[in-house]
Amino acid sequence: MIVQLNGKKVELAEEITTVRALLASYSLQEKIVVVERNGEIIDRSAYEQTPIADGDRIEIVHFVGGG
Amino acid sequence: MDTLKIGSYEFRSRLLLGTGKFTDLDTQGKAVEVSEAEILTFAIRRLNLENPQEPNFLEQLDLKKFTLLPNTAGAYTAEEAVRIARLAKASGLCDMIKVEVIGDPKTLLPDPIGTLEASKILVEEGFIVLTYTNDDPILARRLQEVGVHAVMPGASPIGSGQGIVNENNLRFIIEDAKVPIIVDAGIGSPADCAKAMELGADGVLLNTAVALADNPVLMAEAMKLGVEAGRKGFLAGRIAKKRYASASSPTEGMIE
Repeated sequence: MIVQLNGKKVELAEEITTVRALLASYSLQEKIVVVERNGEIIDRSAYEQTPIADGDRIEIVHFVGGG
Repeated sequence: MDTLKIGSYEFRSRLLLGTGKFTDLDTQGKAVEVSEAEILTFAIRRLNLENPQEPNFLEQLDLKKFTLLPNTAGAYTAEEAVRIARLAKASGLCDMIKVEVIGDPKTLLPDPIGTLEASKILVEEGFIVLTYTNDDPILARRLQEVGVHAVMPGASPIGSGQGIVNENNLRFIIEDAKVPIIVDAGIGSPADCAKAMELGADGVLLNTAVALADNPVLMAEAMKLGVEAGRKGFLAGRIAKKRYASASSPTEGMIE
């Protein structure tokens, strides 16, 4: 499956079918990040139930230094 | 006790510190500590998936000690700002937002219309809204009418270090204010902080002037003292300016 992840086309491994699995594949489970799928913010409690489908636009954002 | 109240929050410090442009996390941590700032700004950006475990300043902070003020920097429309604000809030770490809708990449001056629109939406959505704005008294009033919790007029363009370029407008904004006025952007030196506070501002938000100083930690302390000096001076009530001298020593009892 191919998704648009943080603006780049990425081919995901077969077992990555949920937001939770996607975050785990980058070892981000414990990190402070926020996920948006197709323009909708995914609540942290819904990571496991939220499927990822081919062609999804996914953003993973975090807090960086800024003024 | 003299505290700064923003929405439901209350702070002892009147210096708000940005977290951008620091050369290393260690210096940044020390600068934040000596500044005694309680509110820290952050930006929301895509995680670098090439290096997802890259050290991050936020993760080093004791989040019980600080209130996070994410900004909507990078937004050029109200819609973009609202999207960034929602992402920030979804972190579960904060409900404050610094609304920043830029109108021009060279001056980084705010787009007043987009700024007002975004502020209104975010107030309605329950955010504690601190809006970065032009030093325009009428816009400051309009922002208060839509319910923002603090107005943050720029002293001069972001990162310019020019200090307060329109003292008169700033004074009008402060005199008319029903919410805290925080002078944000353009501060260059501790004197600028003191000046803003002496004019009656409720706080100062700065970043570059500390982050890019030769000694950021020392400058952080100097800014803190500048804010404190200005605040105390404001509360103490300065003397009126006079055209001619007025002797400090008695004119009576001179030796003849």
